[in-house]
Amino acid sequence: MAKYKIVHYLNQFFGGIGGEEKAGFEPEVREEKIGPGLAIAQGLGEDYEIVATVICGDNYFGENLDTATDTIIEMVKRYEPDVFVAGPAFNAGRYGVACGTICKAVEERIGIPVVTGMYEENPGADMFKKDVITVRTGNSAATLKKALPSLLTLIKKMAAGEEILGPSVEGYLERGIRVNYFAEKRGATRGMDMLIKKMAREPFETDLPMPKFDRVAPAEAIKDIKNAKIAVVTSGGVVPQGNPDHIESSNATKYGVYSIEGMDSMSPDDFTTIHGGYDRQFVMKNPNLVVPLDVLREMEKEGEFGELVNYFCTTTGTGTATGSAAKFGDSIGKKFVEDHVDGVILVST
Amino acid sequence: MKLELGKIEIRDIQFADRTCIEDHVLYVDKEEVEKLVLSDDKLLECHLDIARPGDATRITPVKDVIEPRVKVSGGGEIFPGVIGKVSPTVGEGRTHALDGCCVVTVGRIVGFQEGVIDMSGPAADYCPFSKTVNLCVVIEPKEGLETHVYERAGRLAGLKVAAYLGEAGKAVEPDTLEVYETKPVFQQAAEYPDLPKVGYVHMLQSQGLLHDTYYYGVDAKQFVPTFMYPTEIMDGAIVSGNCVAPCDKVTTYHHLHNPVIDECYKRHGKEINFMGVILTNENVFLADKERHSDMVAKLAEWMELDGVLITEEGYGNPDTDLMMNCRKVERKGTKVVLITDEFPGKDGKSQSLADTCDEATALASCGQGNMTLQFPAMEKVIGMQDYIESQIGGWAGCINEDGSFEAEIQIIIASTIANGFNTLAARGY
Repeated sequence: MAKYKIVHYLNQFFGGIGGEEKAGFEPEVREEKIGPGLAIAQGLGEDYEIVATVICGDNYFGENLDTATDTIIEMVKRYEPDVFVAGPAFNAGRYGVACGTICKAVEERIGIPVVTGMYEENPGADMFKKDVITVRTGNSAATLKKALPSLLTLIKKMAAGEEILGPSVEGYLERGIRVNYFAEKRGATRGMDMLIKKMAREPFETDLPMPKFDRVAPAEAIKDIKNAKIAVVTSGGVVPQGNPDHIESSNATKYGVYSIEGMDSMSPDDFTTIHGGYDRQFVMKNPNLVVPLDVLREMEKEGEFGELVNYFCTTTGTGTATGSAAKFGDSIGKKFVEDHVDGVILVST
Repeated sequence: MKLELGKIEIRDIQFADRTCIEDHVLYVDKEEVEKLVLSDDKLLECHLDIARPGDATRITPVKDVIEPRVKVSGGGEIFPGVIGKVSPTVGEGRTHALDGCCVVTVGRIVGFQEGVIDMSGPAADYCPFSKTVNLCVVIEPKEGLETHVYERAGRLAGLKVAAYLGEAGKAVEPDTLEVYETKPVFQQAAEYPDLPKVGYVHMLQSQGLLHDTYYYGVDAKQFVPTFMYPTEIMDGAIVSGNCVAPCDKVTTYHHLHNPVIDECYKRHGKEINFMGVILTNENVFLADKERHSDMVAKLAEWMELDGVLITEEGYGNPDTDLMMNCRKVERKGTKVVLITDEFPGKDGKSQSLADTCDEATALASCGQGNMTLQFPAMEKVIGMQDYIESQIGGWAGCINEDGSFEAEIQIIIASTIANGFNTLAARGY
């Protein structure tokens, strides 16, 4: 019996079901190796076995994203594979997106390593290369042979839990993940080398190409502030005493939602701050400096605005990854939409 | 301004009844040092310990690291305006350094931002102070001190001890003598007319609330950008007073050993004409950021610099100063290279910097601080491990009962220091 089990995902075309007319094909599982799976299985040798192949039409997947994902996850789970392989999708756009989506879901929900392959201009590559190891292929199935060695090596390494090296070594698309290494020269020397080239107008390579930042356009002004529902969100690390949700003092991975119902001000007996980026002394004495409940209650009483939401959302905004911050923002925003919040006071520190 | 820096190689530190240097060993009169530290009534207790490279020893929470130095001639005193007299200025004549040993101040945390030094094991690869012989000054503050008062007491204790130990090297013949010179601006420009004129924009941490740096004793958030002769920094004109995240804390040691200044002098007269240092700060108010980045660009233009290297201390908020300086200096026609570290999150997938600009086309990476590492239990802990979970880089539940723990490398002092001191770098995977 083979040491390692693999489940393979294919679309209707590579699965031998049919062309565009069969793109609505619902997910099916076949306990055999099919299409490119034959070459993969042959290349992997006896220690590996493709125990099942899942086939799904590209249109069906695209139009039934959640159902299709759930169904396929259940199919994959049953075989308890060591590695999940999707495609390669080459330059097929819908197929690429399906491969990326299902790989990401299998990794997150089943917790096994996943790999796919795509042409770098496949829209699925842009969407998923950050999350899923995507072997670099050409733009057609004719390039499978060339991509195969990289794919096989990665499958073997993943099965054995070995370290995956950099994109140029292993032949996958750069994910944009920043990984440390010890360079030959110190940073100051590398910087000076770069400067000398830059001043001489010679080509040089930066260590960090500048990322493109998301810019969020400011919302329109609130028209009727007297009836507006206002909430407070802070990155100042104010939490109930004891920090019940264990929010980190730096690089927070979570945020908290805490009640201020029935309170006229933030009492230091009830609240503290766990922020690691400033001298907390003053805020620990008076948490209203960061969550200005005292003033907001007065204004609420005086009718300056409609109503204060009876909770506040909080996290630590020092060293916090932008990926985490975007996730918090999405989730807090959804809650506010549900709770019909009109405006937010965002207190930074 | 010309400075001769004599380096006395120190291979070991030992306690003795008299402070002196003999045959590359620094002998320390323990009682005398403790008495010196306790002359500050803010501090209740002080004890000294020695940590050597290779020891199964962990030092934490570390506040500052300082190399002992002494002025031999040329006027001025070490750490002017803080420990030494404020006038005359330093950076001239001769200075002796006790090379290979450091004073490390340790004690319960002021903020969350003090770090770890492991003298051996995996974390030692990331820390420059795992390779030096360290005299650890462990302090215990009086009860009820305000945090900034405790910070100041700890800062001064370390500097006092370093200045005291430096005196022992005053009459010792150094093993090596290095000479650094920067001339007044017109003379310097004329000396190498065919080489590109290069300056260094040194951004000092000045966010306040335990994020401070001092220049001749002046709190850096209170000055406007100014010119500094590079040799001034070698005599302690700049001292660290901050508790900024351990990994990119520019310790006082790193001010004395600024790697960009060192690199500029190495290339001086060969590939570049090193013109000097533009000192600036990282204040939190937008008006300060705008004004001071304007002034940095103005100084670069006034010195007719062809290129500058810019370094920052800290991350997040100061990234905006870094980018403003980059954009404005480039727009004056001076080429810019940035040196900094990265914080892309534990999975390495987030944006590395909090700000960006189109002009930032050249950046030398000092590594990313969010990578996690296993820290083994150590036979000996100088200081205490009580705070590991809340120190920057740790998290609730990261420490085990035997004293081993997992943390981001940002808990290690100077692991990703953003001035290019280390070889650590990050690349895209």
